[in-house]
Amino acid sequence: MELQAVLMAAGGGSRMTDLTYNTPKAMLPVGNKPLMWYPLNLLEKVGFEEVIVITTKEVQKAMSTDLKIKDVKMKLDVVSIQEDGDMGTADALRHIQPKIKTDILVLSCDLITDVALHEVVDLFRAHNATMAMLMSKAHEFTETVPGQKGKKKTAEQRDFVGVDKSGKRLLFMANEADLEDGLSIRKSIMRKHPRMLIKTGLVDAHLYCLKKAVVDFLTENKSISSIRGELVPYLVRKQFSKTVNSQKLKDDTDDQTQEKNDGPANHELLISSRDEPLLQLAQERSCWNDHRGDMSEAYHGGKLRCYVHIMDQGLCCRVNTLAAYIEVNRLAPKLFEEPSVHPSADISERCQMGSDSIIGAVCHIADKTSIKRSTIGNFTTVKEKVKVTNSIIMHGVTIEEGCNIQGSVICSNAVIGRGADLKYCLVGNGQHIEPEAERTNEIIVGTDQLMEI
Amino acid sequence: MADSGVIDGPGRKDEIERAKSEGKDLTKEEKQRLRKEKKQQKKIKEKKDDKASQENEKEKKPVTSAAPASQPPTQPTVQKAPSAVPATAPVSVPASEASVPADKPTKTKAELKAERRARQEAERASKQTKKGETGQQAATSKPKAPPSDLQPVVKRLPEHIQVDNPDVLKKLAKKLERQQTPEHYAAKKIPLRSDYGYKVSLFSHLHQYSRKAPLTQQLSIPSTVIHPAIVRLGLQYSHGIVAGSNARSVALLHAFKQVIRDYTTPQNEELSRDLVNKLKPYISFLNQCRPLSASMGNAIKYIKKEISNIPSNCKEDEAKNKLLNCIESYINEKIILAGVAIAKCAIEKQKISDGDVILVYGCSSLVNHILCKAFEKSRKFRVIVVDSRPRLEGKEALRRLVQKGISCTYVLISAVSYILPEVSKVFLGAHALLANGYVMSRVGTSQIALVAKAFNVPVLVCCETYKFCDRVQTDSFVSNELDDPDDLIVTRKGTTPLEGWENESSLGLLNLVYDVTPPDFVDLVITELGMIPCTSVPVVLRVKNVDQ
Repeated sequence: MELQAVLMAAGGGSRMTDLTYNTPKAMLPVGNKPLMWYPLNLLEKVGFEEVIVITTKEVQKAMSTDLKIKDVKMKLDVVSIQEDGDMGTADALRHIQPKIKTDILVLSCDLITDVALHEVVDLFRAHNATMAMLMSKAHEFTETVPGQKGKKKTAEQRDFVGVDKSGKRLLFMANEADLEDGLSIRKSIMRKHPRMLIKTGLVDAHLYCLKKAVVDFLTENKSISSIRGELVPYLVRKQFSKTVNSQKLKDDTDDQTQEKNDGPANHELLISSRDEPLLQLAQERSCWNDHRGDMSEAYHGGKLRCYVHIMDQGLCCRVNTLAAYIEVNRLAPKLFEEPSVHPSADISERCQMGSDSIIGAVCHIADKTSIKRSTIGNFTTVKEKVKVTNSIIMHGVTIEEGCNIQGSVICSNAVIGRGADLKYCLVGNGQHIEPEAERTNEIIVGTDQLMEI
Repeated sequence: MADSGVIDGPGRKDEIERAKSEGKDLTKEEKQRLRKEKKQQKKIKEKKDDKASQENEKEKKPVTSAAPASQPPTQPTVQKAPSAVPATAPVSVPASEASVPADKPTKTKAELKAERRARQEAERASKQTKKGETGQQAATSKPKAPPSDLQPVVKRLPEHIQVDNPDVLKKLAKKLERQQTPEHYAAKKIPLRSDYGYKVSLFSHLHQYSRKAPLTQQLSIPSTVIHPAIVRLGLQYSHGIVAGSNARSVALLHAFKQVIRDYTTPQNEELSRDLVNKLKPYISFLNQCRPLSASMGNAIKYIKKEISNIPSNCKEDEAKNKLLNCIESYINEKIILAGVAIAKCAIEKQKISDGDVILVYGCSSLVNHILCKAFEKSRKFRVIVVDSRPRLEGKEALRRLVQKGISCTYVLISAVSYILPEVSKVFLGAHALLANGYVMSRVGTSQIALVAKAFNVPVLVCCETYKFCDRVQTDSFVSNELDDPDDLIVTRKGTTPLEGWENESSLGLLNLVYDVTPPDFVDLVITELGMIPCTSVPVVLRVKNVDQ
């Protein structure tokens, strides 16, 4: 077997608590499909047959009842972890280490993309890389986000990503938060790669191909708890570290795929394989080099290599903020050729429905309603003379007559009283909006949520 | 003769029966004649049977079984003649077919000739209307190729150089489908890689792939149909990460070792037969990533032979160990030790002497090895590295030689005639040595050999014996490899002159990989068996075949 897929679905959605306090992030509806269906669909399309899903018990329960997830033909091996624990993604990998038999492909449940996965995996295979990841050019979110006071000026912590001149080899990765005195680059890197392009406008898609040796390394090195925050920068730095060199590797004559160094060098990431001398021989005889101009052999003799595939076209979005959620609801349905109106929905003839709206299952849309550029979830009831524009309505919502909803997000099981006028609002789970209410740019959530900090 | 025998036979029989019935004794002469006729009739029958079975094997299109004896020999020759190009694939001349026309009666020979000519004309006319292309050399050679009446020669072209024939492409697609392993429920077959871009008409019979459309696009990602080591190898071939005849063979054998290690014999199957069948789709896959080299072909033949020779009572672990050891010893003997022997031979026999100026072309692992060893033995020489676009492999050769401390000069191939007066010897590497003594090597090698010959500089080719192949070629058109044409595009100062080349209807980019050098330009071939002239290659092949 070549690759095992691991889907991380235990995240809490800490940057969009208004949406996630009642629904776990993995089950948020996007285009009337649960969020985690999208990465599962991506894996299924590419040909995976089994996925290890790491999630919480709550999500596991929700998954077992969801129809769309039951539609997924792959075998889902669900591993549940504690909800409250500070388990980072790397900790979760350590937890499932006994299940891992080969190289892994780690995905996050909030990734929605149409990338050609073979681009990332080919880099991983062809260069025998330790890590290959996916990044995408960040797009500005154009939709107005409910509940935002004023322009978004929060300086998001930027990521500085340094790639070589081919744009594939990852040389440098740091977050602005870690660079207090400025960006410093080691001379050894500059000597080996004199031309480095540093990019800042990139979004990390949290899709990583990792060698099995990395997972084994994690089990020994318990201090690393997050893949994105700690493991990836560590691996990128280790590429140019002096200790990881070919002299330390010995020929493997037995059937082990990894040697363990004892003593203080326990944290060394050793990557050796069977028939290392043959691979070495093939490399020596081959007239290929990845760089020109200096005296060193291909890859500068380094065994640890990290690669990145940067997407410039196509959709790649991580749904971890409200703005991203709204954006993705607009774009995600375009990825699939599904009919925008679910066959079981009951739509009256005098309803004006735009072509880019999506209606879910078992909906009742009454007369004289106008639905433009919106997503309406399952089991929703929309009464007469309602205008819904640019909004996201989740499941089980009741909208009484004469309402006007614009640019808003209405969470599940909410009830909007008749004649209400909501502009750019976010209505939380199960909330009731009183009739004739007029709200603009507000986040309406329950009092119990307000108490949580 | 056959017909006359047939015609005369019944006549004779009648006579004899009459004689018998009349009670006369058959004279000795008559008895002899009888015996001769019977023998002739037997021969004719046997030949008919042979022909029928051979035709069933060779014929691409089914031959109607009702066809009389005279027609089938003409039909295959007519069909194959238009596609025959001089001096290509192994020529198989079945002796019986040659003798059958000789047996034909002189009376009906003219009639048969006329029939054949008419059929050829009809086929030629229909093919020209079908294709519509006239610029091909092959088209013009078609009327010349039809065999003379004496010896109809059946030539068959290998399929990989008939890309412009849609039937052959369909056959290839079917073959890839058939090679899918039966366990997989979905239609997971080896994908067919499609050609890219406009092909120059002289080379339209070869595949031309683009690096931006890898074969892995059509495979599932945790590749189950093809072993992951083979997928990785195919990617490395198509990206050029593993390039060079020796490197490719070693990498191939390494991947096969991993395949063998992970292999388990299914129930009711024998390892010797099932493993060979498992390897077939892998080889087709690798062939599509990049056409197999001659050295790889020989390595594959060796492995297949070793696998088939495993006795059926051998246990699986033992068999696998045996195979792994065979592969190890093959690499050791044919590649590593051969390289050492060639280097020793070249150095001890004073092929590299003090004060020499040696010219090398491109990056040949063997030639680099020889030069490094000679330098270690403290020979004083300097090297001129000649390089050519678009691969610029000479830079890698330059790096390796300079790293050892050898003083080198670097020129492009356009400066070869300028620099040759300084050169005392030319060392060339080879991709394969063909059975007629031609050397197949990187494109540009024959140029260097030609110019060296003009300057009377000795040309030495270094080649291990496992690269000898029994193919025959006299030109570089028939069998070659077309690389990605986008490699020829260069961006300087932000402008790319050839940017939209696909949209120009009259522009084609040609990126050839190999060319053949005639043996007249090569003075010596250094192999591990010794120093042989170029024309002794068939002898070595014959000896190798006898050994096996």
